[in-house]
Amino acid sequence: MAGVNSTRLGANKDRENPFKHNWLVSSLWLLVVCYIVYSFNAMDLSLGRISDGLGHASDLLARMVPPNFSRWSLLLSGLIESLEIAVISSICGIFISLFLGLFAARNLMPSWISTPVRALIALCRTFHPVIIAILFVKSVGFGALAGILTLVVASIGFIAKLFAEAIEEISLKQVEAIRATGAGFTSIILFSVMPQVFARFIGFSTYQLDSNLRNSTMVGIVGAGGLGGTLFSAFQRFDYDFVAAILIVIIALIMFGEFLSNIVRHIFR
Amino acid sequence: MNAIDHHWQRFTLKQKLSRYAVYLVLVMAFVQSIQSVEVIPEFLLDAPEQMADMFSRMWPMDFAYYPVTVHDAMIETLNIATLGTLITLIFAIPLALMNASNIVSSTWCHWISKFFLVSSRSVNSLVWALLFVSIFGPGVIAGVLAIAFRSIGFVGKLLGEALEEVNMGSIEALKATGASWLSILLKGYWPQVLPAFFSIVLFRWDINVRESAVLGLVGAGGIGVVLDDSMNLFQWDRVAVSLLAIFIIVILAEILVVNVRKRLI
Amino acid sequence: MSVTQSSVEHSNFLEIRNLKKEYTAGNPILKGIDIHITEPGIVAIIGPSGTGKSTLLRCINRLIDPTEGKILFDNADLCLAKGAQLRKLRRQVGMVFQEYNLVERLTVIENVLTGRLGYMSAWQAWRRKFSQQDINTAFELLDAVGLTEHASKRADSLSGGQRQRVGIARAVMQNPRILLADEPTSSLDPKTAVEIMELLERFSQEKNIPALVNIHDVKLASRFAKRMIGMSNGVVVYDGPPEGITDEHLKQIYGGESWLA
Repeated sequence: MAGVNSTRLGANKDRENPFKHNWLVSSLWLLVVCYIVYSFNAMDLSLGRISDGLGHASDLLARMVPPNFSRWSLLLSGLIESLEIAVISSICGIFISLFLGLFAARNLMPSWISTPVRALIALCRTFHPVIIAILFVKSVGFGALAGILTLVVASIGFIAKLFAEAIEEISLKQVEAIRATGAGFTSIILFSVMPQVFARFIGFSTYQLDSNLRNSTMVGIVGAGGLGGTLFSAFQRFDYDFVAAILIVIIALIMFGEFLSNIVRHIFR
Repeated sequence: MNAIDHHWQRFTLKQKLSRYAVYLVLVMAFVQSIQSVEVIPEFLLDAPEQMADMFSRMWPMDFAYYPVTVHDAMIETLNIATLGTLITLIFAIPLALMNASNIVSSTWCHWISKFFLVSSRSVNSLVWALLFVSIFGPGVIAGVLAIAFRSIGFVGKLLGEALEEVNMGSIEALKATGASWLSILLKGYWPQVLPAFFSIVLFRWDINVRESAVLGLVGAGGIGVVLDDSMNLFQWDRVAVSLLAIFIIVILAEILVVNVRKRLI
Repeated sequence: MSVTQSSVEHSNFLEIRNLKKEYTAGNPILKGIDIHITEPGIVAIIGPSGTGKSTLLRCINRLIDPTEGKILFDNADLCLAKGAQLRKLRRQVGMVFQEYNLVERLTVIENVLTGRLGYMSAWQAWRRKFSQQDINTAFELLDAVGLTEHASKRADSLSGGQRQRVGIARAVMQNPRILLADEPTSSLDPKTAVEIMELLERFSQEKNIPALVNIHDVKLASRFAKRMIGMSNGVVVYDGPPEGITDEHLKQIYGGESWLA
């Protein structure tokens, strides 16, 4: 609340009541300080433990250099599996989202279709991919399949939602004009809705491809295939130089993914 | 077709070719992945049955378990998310200032801040958690720091962008009065980015609530630890209670953030 | 060649009987409209904004569902048509909009071609498989409205007058048996407005079909129309030749008189 009022004052540059402004800001600060004290107590944090940890940190960093690439074949197979998971899940997820997004758009669909679809999309969004991954690992077993299913769900939660919102923002005049030509539903979608939202859809999709690439290196931590599994076991075996090598590969992979999606966005602009 | 037939093309040849190239690469990557990925088809066919089995084990939920462990763990999760978000600010604000080209003009500073912001974002919070667990041992410290370090990139990048969008006119006016660097920052920039700042922080807090719920799976505290324990013991009715608690908290956090942001804007 | 061909010979183009429309119950915007169109040429519907002119036109091609009444078109009651039959009737009704309503991210020629969508299956539409004849017709129409060199530009790069020409070409592309134009000139400057009206007149003559034009500029309307319909508060208050319209009528339609001088 404090933030809200001070914001208004700040934005308007009203100077009529500086006293109130200051009072609100300082009460906010007080609140934050109180919270920090409370949470340190509640979670049993102490500076002693933190300084202890800092000693470990330098030790850990020392053991991470130089990165050890000698087990490159293990690294490579994990990397390839991550890539495969990302590619399959992105393409399936994007494809499904295209339809779900359309069905979730309240300006094109009657509410008896859009409401349940929106609920489904919201459900896909609510849980963190790791939790979904755990559930899939338990039901389809360890390995890439669980990872793929997880990221399909995550992609739906993201793209279908944004796509539906994009469709809800389109100009209905253009839709009306195509409807007036006697076009059927599919033609209306293809010739008046899609041209308006396609560029944004490509944008969401490349973003999700990026995000799936990141997550495909992570779902392995709970056993859903990919480089994450390799990373997790390296951590458990205290092979920190191998950990460093894996982290470098992951960061390189993600940067490469960003580079690729920039190219795709450029082509489809 | 006769000779006077008209031709109509939507894109130039180059555009067309590059689009087809993208489609082709996608299809090839997809086919290649499908062929080489190690998926046992029987598992996929079996999946619905296994899922049904899992959900049937979850019901009825063991609500009696909630006050015993889940409640405290949920509070801990919220604390991890909140404290993590606050600690992020200590690092993110200076980095955002360094990254905003209208505040700091040195290219060196930009590169340094970019480096930190990008590395923070590239490493997943679960991986950060693994790192901090091996430094501090299992527990909330690792969780808080994982959340904090993962959020630096997000908050720093968006805040930097907001700073670059401020109206420079009023900044110049302040400079003209001979105000010091710090007071220009506090009286010129700060009021202008305030709504964006709260909006970014709230948005990240919302994400952090989701993320902190899973950090426990690698031992970094919160509800994830409880979830992991009951899962390892196959106590699905307890798993269900934890999942329901996460679900409710995530929804509540989102509703809170959406409403506060509406008032801010 | 389908453009110049006129298949319509009978004189019963459109008959509207006792058409009523209320958006909220008990608050009708159209209070029983009777219009019978028997001749080709421009029919101008004049009246102040908010009097239901747009609603009337949109009822004719069922972009809006009327509450009550009959619209007889092509031996069928449009008000009862559903699904495929409705689309079949709709494609014979070409519509031109005030804000042009072009699909902005498609090119000019694509916008013209969308006029054929009512004749295509979803599968053909998906592959963008327009027949060569349609493509030729589209280019001829574009030539007729003077935009040949803009064919592959995106619609949002055109000026208002150019866009409206594309809008008209799209409507004519449907090979319609009647044209509807909802305030086609009110977003345009006076010179362009006249050009647009000339185009509408020309197409209605060439194809021997009527064009119902909503318009609030009385002078422009009487210059082109063969018949004027004056609407006020959801009812028709004048229906006859433009010469027959008097200041008395205009006062009744628009209210007040200071603007008449």
